[in-house]
Amino acid sequence: MNSNRLPYLLILPVTLFLCLFFLYPFFQVAGQAFTNDQGLTLANFERVFSDWKFPISLKNTLLLAAAVVPVQLALALLMATMVNRMKKGRDIVLYIWTIPLGISDLAAGIIWLAIFEQSGFLNSMMHSLGMIDRPTSLLSYKSMGMVFLAIALAEIWRATAIMLVILVAGIGLIPKEYYEAAEVFGASPWKRFTRITLPLLRPSLQTALVLRVILAFEIFAVVAALGGTLFPVLMGETYSYQFDLLDSGSAAAIALVILGISIAFTLVILRALRVPKGAQI
Amino acid sequence: MSTSLSNTSTVRAGRWVYGASVALLCAWVLVPIYLLLVNTLSSPAAVSGFPKSFVPEFDTASLEFFAGFSGMVSALINSIYVAAITMVLSIVIGAPAGYALSRFDFKGKELFRLLILLTRAFPLPLLALPLTVMFIQVGLDDTIFGLALVHTTLAIPFAVLITFSLFSGIPVELEEASWTLGCTRLTGFRYVVLPLILPGITASAIFAFVISWNEVFAAAVLTIENRTLTAFLLQNLDTSPLHLKFAGGFILVVPALVFIFAVRKYLFAMWGIANR
Repeated sequence: MNSNRLPYLLILPVTLFLCLFFLYPFFQVAGQAFTNDQGLTLANFERVFSDWKFPISLKNTLLLAAAVVPVQLALALLMATMVNRMKKGRDIVLYIWTIPLGISDLAAGIIWLAIFEQSGFLNSMMHSLGMIDRPTSLLSYKSMGMVFLAIALAEIWRATAIMLVILVAGIGLIPKEYYEAAEVFGASPWKRFTRITLPLLRPSLQTALVLRVILAFEIFAVVAALGGTLFPVLMGETYSYQFDLLDSGSAAAIALVILGISIAFTLVILRALRVPKGAQI
Repeated sequence: MSTSLSNTSTVRAGRWVYGASVALLCAWVLVPIYLLLVNTLSSPAAVSGFPKSFVPEFDTASLEFFAGFSGMVSALINSIYVAAITMVLSIVIGAPAGYALSRFDFKGKELFRLLILLTRAFPLPLLALPLTVMFIQVGLDDTIFGLALVHTTLAIPFAVLITFSLFSGIPVELEEASWTLGCTRLTGFRYVVLPLILPGITASAIFAFVISWNEVFAAAVLTIENRTLTAFLLQNLDTSPLHLKFAGGFILVVPALVFIFAVRKYLFAMWGIANR
């Protein structure tokens, strides 16, 4: 076999596959969003934007991402540094902390439903502590703050693990000598964290944040399990346009809005955490 | 920290806080799963009763109800099929590209890497929307295979990047040595690289399985009669009784626990290079 052609032969299946199932549907979704029976139009977007649910679901999605992602980042950084200095039991602790990585968003929603539903464990606990006499409905339109909290907790619980894994892998790549040198010069643990770990972790932080932020805009099943229709989010609206209203043009239009937001945030993160050439480990 | 005495007590206090936080964070992950287990192993009456016991009754009525619920078992089987096909497809299609990326410098390599990375910057499940139309045209609508194709799109970037990092971990000299000993590229790969890479490949295959097993949106959009477990549970969220939801959630969680345990050694190696 001609070894000039071999690499192209090897990447051909993936390239074909992604053209067919990634690029092609991407252009199709764009096409669907900008067309209807009469041809090229913005009607789909107009319909979506004038829907009273759109501003709410946009606000909910962004608010959730804004509440969840920073907490996850802080928590993942904390866990990663804790694991890093662990000698005994590192494997078992890491396994436990990465368990949520394998748990689907739907299952995570159901897990937190067990805690927050009316006859759930939170009410039971408050009852046994004598704080309440009768179980109250925690996840209703009367307590939207609680609905938000439940969804945010479920998201933090479920999706911190992916950031943790990326950050632990990243910290593992930082040469130990830097820390030893810093210690010789008397740098406190906090100084070592802010002056060595954080700057050298930038590529991993970049990946972790991009991945996490995009997933945060895709939030769907956790909300469906915990908030139902109480708490509309963009992805849920896409689903209901497609399925309940059978309006795939509008579904495509919202899909493009989600895509647009995701790309915008990806670019911002890549820019903000840019790694100068030559400063890579 | 002027005296050594106060120094040791600070260190001891610090160690205590550290240990307590590790334990607390472990509890934060485990307790919710435990509570789901309690609900799953309680009778339907106890699940909707109040106040709830924090210890399971070890009653299998909820699970039996789950197993007997119409459509549930076939949804479970569909989930397994879809995940298995996804697993095979993503490795068969993805691994060669991972090998190419790690062993060759070729024109367009950066462009190819960009294509792979691009897929990760997209909310991929959304692409299921236009695919419904395409699948109807080619007769793949509402089929297990059609859904597996979409799940493969989700899993393939991971498969390529993970196998790329695995292959990069095997010195090219080993392969070259086998060529001087009379192996062709193919036999050298078969007898030298493959045995070394197999555990890692298995781990990334399992990862692909989990991605598909857990996926909700595309599954719900693309299947109607042949629902997967996640799609089935999602569709019935409004109407199904609590004990059915909890039993279903538990069935979703169990494989995840096993699989993450199986691949735990590789998780970090996979991400270490894959995130560059």
